Amino acid sequence: MATVDETMDTRSAQAARAAQAGRSQIAETVNAGLGRRYRSERRFRAYGVLAIVLALSMLATLFVTIISKGYTAFWQNSLNFEVALPADVIDPQGTRDPKVLASANYLGLVRDALQAQFPEVDSRQERRALFAMLSDSAPYDLQDAVLDNPGAIGGTIKVRVSLDDDFDMLAKGHINADLPQDQRRLTDVQVAWFQSLEQRGMVEAHFNTALFTNGDSRQAESAGILGAVVGSLFVVAVTLALSFPIGVATAVYLEEFAPKNRFTDLIEVNINNLAAVPSIVFGLLGLAVFLQFFGLPRSAPLVGGLVLTLMTLPTIIIASRAALKSVPPSIREAALGLGASKLQMILHHVLPLAMPGMLTGTIIGMAQALGESAPLLMIGMVAFVVDIPNGPLDPATVLPVQIFLWADSPERAFVERTSAAIMVLLAFLVFMNAAAVWLRKRFERRW
Amino acid sequence: MKTSPSAQTSIEIPPTAGFPLVSQGEGAKIAARDVNVFYGDKQALRNIALDIKPNEVTAFIGPSGCGKSTFLRCLNRMNDIIDGCRVTGSINLDEEDIYHRRIDVVQLRARIGMVFQKPNPFPKSIYENVAYGPRIHGLARNKTDLDEIVQTSLERAGLLGEVKDRMDQPGTGLSGGQQQRLCIARAIAVNPEVILMDEPCSALDPIATAKIEELIDELRQNYTIVIVTHSMQQAARVSQRTAFFHLGNLVECNDTEQIFTNPQHKLTQGYITGRFG
Amino acid sequence: MQILFLIAVVLGLMLIGFRFGRLRSVRVTGGDARQLHSLPTYYGLYVALWCGLPALLLLAAWMALEPTIIRMIVLDSLPPDLLLQPDGQTINDARLSLLLTDIRNIASGNIASQSEPAVIAAAGRYASLLQVSFGAMVVVVLSVAMGGAAAAYRFIAPQFRARNRVENIIKMMMVACSLVAILTTLGIILSLLFETLRFFTEVPVTEFLFGTNWSPQTAMRSDQVGSSGAFGAVPLFAGTMMIAMIAMTVAVPIGLLAAIYMAEYAPRNVRTVVKPLLEILAGIPTVVYGFFAALTVAPLIRETGGLLGLSVSSESALAAGLVMGIMIIPFVSSLSDDVITAVPQSMREGSYGLGATRSETIKRVIFPAALPGIVGGVLLAVSRAIGETMIVVMAAGLAANLTANPLEAVTTVTVQIVTLLVGDQEFDSAKTLAAFALGLLLFTVTLVLNVIALHVVRKYREQYE
Repeated sequence: MATVDETMDTRSAQAARAAQAGRSQIAETVNAGLGRRYRSERRFRAYGVLAIVLALSMLATLFVTIISKGYTAFWQNSLNFEVALPADVIDPQGTRDPKVLASANYLGLVRDALQAQFPEVDSRQERRALFAMLSDSAPYDLQDAVLDNPGAIGGTIKVRVSLDDDFDMLAKGHINADLPQDQRRLTDVQVAWFQSLEQRGMVEAHFNTALFTNGDSRQAESAGILGAVVGSLFVVAVTLALSFPIGVATAVYLEEFAPKNRFTDLIEVNINNLAAVPSIVFGLLGLAVFLQFFGLPRSAPLVGGLVLTLMTLPTIIIASRAALKSVPPSIREAALGLGASKLQMILHHVLPLAMPGMLTGTIIGMAQALGESAPLLMIGMVAFVVDIPNGPLDPATVLPVQIFLWADSPERAFVERTSAAIMVLLAFLVFMNAAAVWLRKRFERRW
Repeated sequence: MKTSPSAQTSIEIPPTAGFPLVSQGEGAKIAARDVNVFYGDKQALRNIALDIKPNEVTAFIGPSGCGKSTFLRCLNRMNDIIDGCRVTGSINLDEEDIYHRRIDVVQLRARIGMVFQKPNPFPKSIYENVAYGPRIHGLARNKTDLDEIVQTSLERAGLLGEVKDRMDQPGTGLSGGQQQRLCIARAIAVNPEVILMDEPCSALDPIATAKIEELIDELRQNYTIVIVTHSMQQAARVSQRTAFFHLGNLVECNDTEQIFTNPQHKLTQGYITGRFG
Repeated sequence: MQILFLIAVVLGLMLIGFRFGRLRSVRVTGGDARQLHSLPTYYGLYVALWCGLPALLLLAAWMALEPTIIRMIVLDSLPPDLLLQPDGQTINDARLSLLLTDIRNIASGNIASQSEPAVIAAAGRYASLLQVSFGAMVVVVLSVAMGGAAAAYRFIAPQFRARNRVENIIKMMMVACSLVAILTTLGIILSLLFETLRFFTEVPVTEFLFGTNWSPQTAMRSDQVGSSGAFGAVPLFAGTMMIAMIAMTVAVPIGLLAAIYMAEYAPRNVRTVVKPLLEILAGIPTVVYGFFAALTVAPLIRETGGLLGLSVSSESALAAGLVMGIMIIPFVSSLSDDVITAVPQSMREGSYGLGATRSETIKRVIFPAALPGIVGGVLLAVSRAIGETMIVVMAAGLAANLTANPLEAVTTVTVQIVTLLVGDQEFDSAKTLAAFALGLLLFTVTLVLNVIALHVVRKYREQYE
């Protein structure tokens, strides 16, 4: 067999010659087609690059728009000027009792101080236009300053009072002073007054602490995200407290104990489907079951947490099961071989090894919960809440819903704050995802 | 292809290890000189020099990880698609260096076909599997042409009788041996000059193996065939020449009869007598 | 807060039970723990579990049932004329719930009361019932906790198989946890179905499914049953489908081509950079996309349309669909990437070995082989597009137009659910019930899509395993 067959008959010799002849023709054909084929290859490859460039440029556009719209929200312009504090207005009896001090007519004082800057303004209409420059919270700024420094009563005090958001926008250049006045929110006189204040150095830009220390407000200049952030923290805390233990327990049961039967199949199918149910359906569930049936309070972070628990459970269960699956069977056999009970084997050996994967899944689930808003609209977390919630049963809103609410307000100042709130939300999410990536990298094991 | 650490310490192979090299251009279909292959910084093949004669079956044998498959894949530049794989030296096909810039890899692979270890029919019909090559290269002017190419290819692969009534059924539905013959038919549909076979029978039962071996023997009248095999018996049965690889080195290459009856090198002897493998 | 304190007390009792159980287990063997069947910890755990579990379960049940029971008692004690309308009919559920809210608010002192004396009296009763209930709950829960602990404590003996018992209890708890998934599905189906059936007693099914006029707003005008607005949901379906289609025409080509490039062409270092970047798109909250759509994309499209002489609605379907498409790109691409990389390498080699170029291999071998998986992924993406809420709430319109023009405003199922349910509504009006009917529809459609998609994908995976 291993020798060359020497009785090559003429038929196969012919076939060989034919094959030889065919080959040169084939080579020619292949050669002729190459240019076209390589062009199509390059085109296809270019489509792929184009798709990626498109997707990434959309991502870039999104970020650039939001940052460019929102970065100005991190500082705020205020009026910084001397306010006279006549003792007979603030504290006629001279008791310096904080209660008396608190109830003085600060609005009048601030207005007087502003009026003093523009003595020529005297008609009622003009005065109203001038006082529009002051935020509703300006009297409180003065009140705080006086309460901090009662010694100034009788003299003057240099105080920083909030500007109305329109003037803040003017200072930041979002309102174009060059437009004719019927196309902007401020009249020419107002703009002129403001510019003269700016020239006198009375307009001061400073970090916008109100954004981080206030609850929601109808006035853009005093609207802050603290209430929403605290609400979000409560919601995520409730979600974490419920979904992590339940999710891990379910994963352990399904992966380590469950017999393979109809029932566990049903659970599995259920989990996979729940992972793809639209989030708003969970909101309907929460409304019907938690609010209507169990009578839990509307707008409460507790209910929000319950709803989001149900929503994030599938994510956590699926991630936890994958983590358990990746623990090699040899570890289990080793533990069982030493006489450990099944539960001991799981608690002592399998769970510690699977924990990083489970935590990663949980963090991702929490990030999902933190960014979710649709189901929370259903259970009333969309209410206008000024107070910062103190507990999981107080009415509250969450950061994404706050964004939704602010996005509805047409004022430029709210657009700016919405973008700022988005940046804060994204910062939280980036932090959580980075933590997940770090966890995965740090504890990744190859078996 | 893994290289064991010991592969780094090269064994001394005398340059005259008994392989009568045909001087370049003298009837050799493929001539390899100084071929080195690296995966990243690991060297998988060292200084391979080898001639493959036309219309013969050349078998590559050797223990696993010796580099025989790697070398086979160099012959139609299949290693190009592996990240971090680097080939140096020259491999000439009909006196043209296939690693030259001018050589087009698509055209090259149309001339050097390949059959793989595991039968890998595409998840398409039997007809479409065989028609794939002619279609992408534009070899058939019309449907009748294509039908004819498919028919003859299947016939040459000895499969036509078994599948001619179910050409439109998926190729994945065939038995393992039939799948492998389908892959051979697919390869010869573009009428290549050389067919590379990478352990074509390792996933098959003995009966299917016998059929493939028979087929290989028939095919060598029209094609130059290079086959990698882990079975020495197979090498003895189907090949005219045999090359023995060990740890990335070509230890010995000679007529098959010579190799199996009178090996020149101690390593070859050890391998074919079963002392290691 | 009081409840949290009670829970803390129970947890404290569990801790004490644990210490005592442990101690006793050592003591019953005279200090030689080796004679015990299980480790002393298990005896402690046994006591702790018997102390805490029944008590906490009871607490949960109590809290779940308390509102309903108190409500019933309070209603029973109300003077009958409060429950009657002037014309002698029993007042409807909406009035009743208003009345109850009044009572509750007065009881908690939120409202300075100027109501009828009967209501104030009921509020007083309500408040006292709450107090009594809470006191009873504390007593019962704590005695159950103590009793359970004491009973378990008495069981402790060297031969007692504490570990097995504890493990069984833990296993039962795990089974209970895995039931949550089933209960959730059941809860969704039941709550949606129940409200939907009530809706269909007021509005015929055929009108809902085939009617082309949707204007639920008129339902608010009067609370006479039957004079509610039109509930023909076809415009909503059409709007949903249109936006989903626009989204898919953006997401499928971009996502698929991106996935192909990443899987087949991109060098490793490009992959490691671009893949996480694409995943960022998936991690951005939908409310952010909604803001982006409403504030940037919609005006842009409007202006562009204006330049071309087209009249574009400021809430055009196109804007919402485009942005939704961007959101779905990573979804499509990561699913397709999985599917494409699952195609065995031998397929690629077979094709390259015949001299095919990369794109020929992709188009003629890999793509057809991966097609079922890709279809599954696209179905999942469609179901996500249909169920997406925030983008459409913020960027699509409210008016139910039946139109095929993507430049006009359309509304979707999810938008209507949100608008029908946000704000304080009576829970029983046809308007709110309609939201549940829409929810059921949404759930059913996405469920069917998911089941098909998961099935297709699983079949595909099995093919190459």
